[in-house]
Amino acid sequence: MATETHSATGDGLADAVGVDTHAAADAAPGMPQLDFSSFPNQMFWLVVTLVVIYLVLTRVALPRIAAILAERQGTITNDLAAAEDLKAKAVEAEAAYNQALADARTEAQAIVAKAKAEIQADLDVAIQKADAEIAAKSAESEKAIAEIRAGAMDSIKVVATDTAAELVAVLGGKADDKAIGSAISDRLKG
Amino acid sequence: MASEAHGAEEGGLVFHPMDQFIVKPLFGDGPIAWYTPTNVTLWMGLAVLAIIALLVLSTSKRAIVPSRGQSIAELAYGFVYKMVEDVAGKDGVKYFPYIMTLFMFIVCANFLGLIPMSFTTTSHIAVTVVMAMAVFLTVTILGFYLHGASFLKLFWISSAPLALRPILALIEVISYFVRPVSHSIRLAGNMMAGHAVIKVFAAFAAITAIAPLSVLAITAIYALEVLVSFIQAYVFAILTCVYLKDALHPHH
Repeated sequence: MATETHSATGDGLADAVGVDTHAAADAAPGMPQLDFSSFPNQMFWLVVTLVVIYLVLTRVALPRIAAILAERQGTITNDLAAAEDLKAKAVEAEAAYNQALADARTEAQAIVAKAKAEIQADLDVAIQKADAEIAAKSAESEKAIAEIRAGAMDSIKVVATDTAAELVAVLGGKADDKAIGSAISDRLKG
Repeated sequence: MASEAHGAEEGGLVFHPMDQFIVKPLFGDGPIAWYTPTNVTLWMGLAVLAIIALLVLSTSKRAIVPSRGQSIAELAYGFVYKMVEDVAGKDGVKYFPYIMTLFMFIVCANFLGLIPMSFTTTSHIAVTVVMAMAVFLTVTILGFYLHGASFLKLFWISSAPLALRPILALIEVISYFVRPVSHSIRLAGNMMAGHAVIKVFAAFAAITAIAPLSVLAITAIYALEVLVSFIQAYVFAILTCVYLKDALHPHH
């Protein structure tokens, strides 16, 4: 409608009411996207823009970001390697500590065994000596006992003879030493 | 008759959802030649500045422990790099700067377009077609350059039964040539539709009774558009990677 108006009545009125820009828009088909007269302009500026962006990216931005990322990766890798190193060292130290502990233990055991053996040897010697002493003492004792026993037998014989003679005398008999002796010997044997 | 047009405006509802996409010269009012500095120039320039601020200025300290800005730059780098590596493979990595250029331009242009009163360069078919055609031609030429005629095996699916292969080849060829069309219209369409919808809701805000609802709707659509802005840049970049993969490894 408005376009018809402008073409019919001239531009003076349209300018007066300020609808000119709308008229221009309406003159184009519904979509400005299909206004082919603006295509070369858009394409030209697009190509300029893309080229500028491409140059900025490839010359400055992308290498810089790649370097930053690589550097960070490097730092992380180095730190990880250092950590790995320290860990290995710690493991090594632990192994050394364990080794020392084991050595000390075996040494201690050796010392204990040696001491035990020495003590055992001393003990054996002492026991042997004691046994020998005991054997000697017991042999001596047995001898003494035998002597005492023999002494006792003789004493008994003497006492018995005397007692028998006394008894015989008391009973009014005549003591015959020989008979008494043989009788006592018989009795003692039996 | 002019008063009639005037009357329509006074009625309250003025729909000019597409006005925001008009390409205008920055200085004066003349015709638009290919070299004229226009609002396209302005907003593309701002996108370049945004990229420089994001990727160059924020990384100027080269900190081992990154600042927020540097973190974003590193995230963007890692995001696109990983995408190229995962989709296009190890040998696709040397094309990473090109894909990074496209991704950064689209994502910055999309986000700048969300500023009220701004101009969304990526909502224009002319812009997205140039990028999509550049990708399409590069990938096709690269495919023939690297593999010669055996690049055509891309269309000859040897794992399919022999009888089906010609039909599949036809479908593959058609889908191959449709790629730049869908590639470009997807981005431009998404950006244009969202912005136009916001404008329509904004026009409804002139009616007092439904103004709160309208503002709420604008807020919701805006949030959606923020999401769409990123997703469309991502989709454009990942499709570029997929096409690149086809050129590098055409054998299924």
